[in-house]
Amino acid sequence: MTAPLIIFFVLAALAIFGAVSLILQRHPIYSALSLIVVMVALAGLYLLMGAEFVAAVQIIVYGGAIMVLFVFVIMLLNAGLEERTNFSGLATYAGIPLALAVSGFIAAAIARSGGYLPAPAPSGALTSTKTLSMLLFTEFVYPFELTSFLILVAILGAIVLAQREN
Amino acid sequence: MNEFLTHYAFLIVPIIKIAILVLLVLTVDAYLTWLERKVIAHIQSRWGPYRVGPHGLLQPLADGVKFIFKEDPMPAGVDKIAYFLAPFLTLMLALTSLAVIPFGPQRFTIWGYETHLGIADVNISLLVLFAITALAVYGVALAGWASNNKYSLLGGLRSSAQMISYELTLTLSVVGVLLLAGDFSLRSIVEQQAQSGKGLVSWNIFPQIIGFLCFFTAAIAETNRVPFDLPEAESELVAGFHTEYASMKFAMFFIAEYTSMITVSCLCTILFFGGWLSPFPVSWTFTQFLPSVLLIPFGLWVLYDGIRYETIFGRLLLPGVGTALLALGGALLAYPAINGYIQGPFWFFAKVFVFLFVYIWMRGTLPRFRYDQLMSFGWKFLLPVSIANVVLTAAAILIWGKH
Repeated sequence: MTAPLIIFFVLAALAIFGAVSLILQRHPIYSALSLIVVMVALAGLYLLMGAEFVAAVQIIVYGGAIMVLFVFVIMLLNAGLEERTNFSGLATYAGIPLALAVSGFIAAAIARSGGYLPAPAPSGALTSTKTLSMLLFTEFVYPFELTSFLILVAILGAIVLAQREN
Repeated sequence: MNEFLTHYAFLIVPIIKIAILVLLVLTVDAYLTWLERKVIAHIQSRWGPYRVGPHGLLQPLADGVKFIFKEDPMPAGVDKIAYFLAPFLTLMLALTSLAVIPFGPQRFTIWGYETHLGIADVNISLLVLFAITALAVYGVALAGWASNNKYSLLGGLRSSAQMISYELTLTLSVVGVLLLAGDFSLRSIVEQQAQSGKGLVSWNIFPQIIGFLCFFTAAIAETNRVPFDLPEAESELVAGFHTEYASMKFAMFFIAEYTSMITVSCLCTILFFGGWLSPFPVSWTFTQFLPSVLLIPFGLWVLYDGIRYETIFGRLLLPGVGTALLALGGALLAYPAINGYIQGPFWFFAKVFVFLFVYIWMRGTLPRFRYDQLMSFGWKFLLPVSIANVVLTAAAILIWGKH
């Protein structure tokens, strides 16, 4: 096994461990912390693919901003242990078959490609920050601006909602 | 053996470098506490530590021994995992952030492996640093939450809110520098400031003075130091998030705080003050004798002071230190090769020392902000100013080009 492959399996295992722990933890804080583990492991996977900028931004935005807000709110509300309910009917009769089906599809796709999936993106496009930003501001400028507009609308919505309470 | 070394040099050399850096940083942290107590004492017309060793120089050692041997009680009702995780996380992230900082220009080869002064030379080092600082808030937040103490929780909450607010300014204020350098690598940011060869004039501080002021203010808030030390405001919150921590676990928060101070000082030096570059033009070759010119009088002074010192131990130790400093200064004069080699690190650490001194100086001078003042200052003043700085810099580059 080559070094990148070993690192890939370590990170993948970490991500899956974090995701499972996110569901199984009884305390909201530990669920949030597990989600951070997933984010950091994903950032490591991006780094392995040569997408340095995306990896750093993944940690800065998700790990450093969004999850801090989650943890902050959980601490502020002083949320206690989660109350366990019995499995709802939807989870048993729709959830489990669906999960099995999705894993089956993914496994089939991997099997059909002969064990090697094609690279998810042309490697030259993601490697350097400069090419990434060039792409964002030339070829994908409309989706980019549209996303910014969406975020602006969300900010305005948050302000409107916050003001209504006063 | 030699073949083994050459083959695994890519693994062994970084491990040795990491060990040296960690030992160095922990020692510097310890003596930073001594410096802080001394400087603040003199600001307040006191003597500061004076009993343990000459001029209190062995005080950090005594403090370290005290931290190790103190009882470490765990309060009732704490959340055990988070309570133990928090100090480790804080210290680990603080030490990791030093890994991407380059300390000097030289590259050298050990066992056929080319390396440099600094641990990792990644081309997105600035982003890596911001990613690590972004995670640092969890240590403080978790410590506050896990301690099962109202004051700790309030400290942790304050700290999370403060760090989120000031992180925006911290990130935006360096965009001007990034626009000038066109690169995320700290090494190329420094090299870009060297281009004209005119020394001081080509540093980023002149075009980016607003950016620097925003950056330094936000960085102080990120490191929870005066005047932004509300998470541990002792008059309101006992000791804030680390109220319930004692012994080595408290020491970890303490070391992490001082390590972050060092990181911030290194960043200020690299981003705005030319890193390891000399402030004098390249043509002034005589300035390379400056380290000796500073070392020899300082050594003489230590020697003179040591001979007259009141304790026998001081009369033995201080002249020894003075002689060592004199010898070092003399060696630098005698061997130009070594002298040329230490120029970069000399300027780098001199500038870092100035920033650390400013940190301490501010603690002795400024009162603490009130919490609402802190928030409105961050959001309503610093953030708009740093955005304006980005727009102004971009416009200036568009009109006049980069130089």
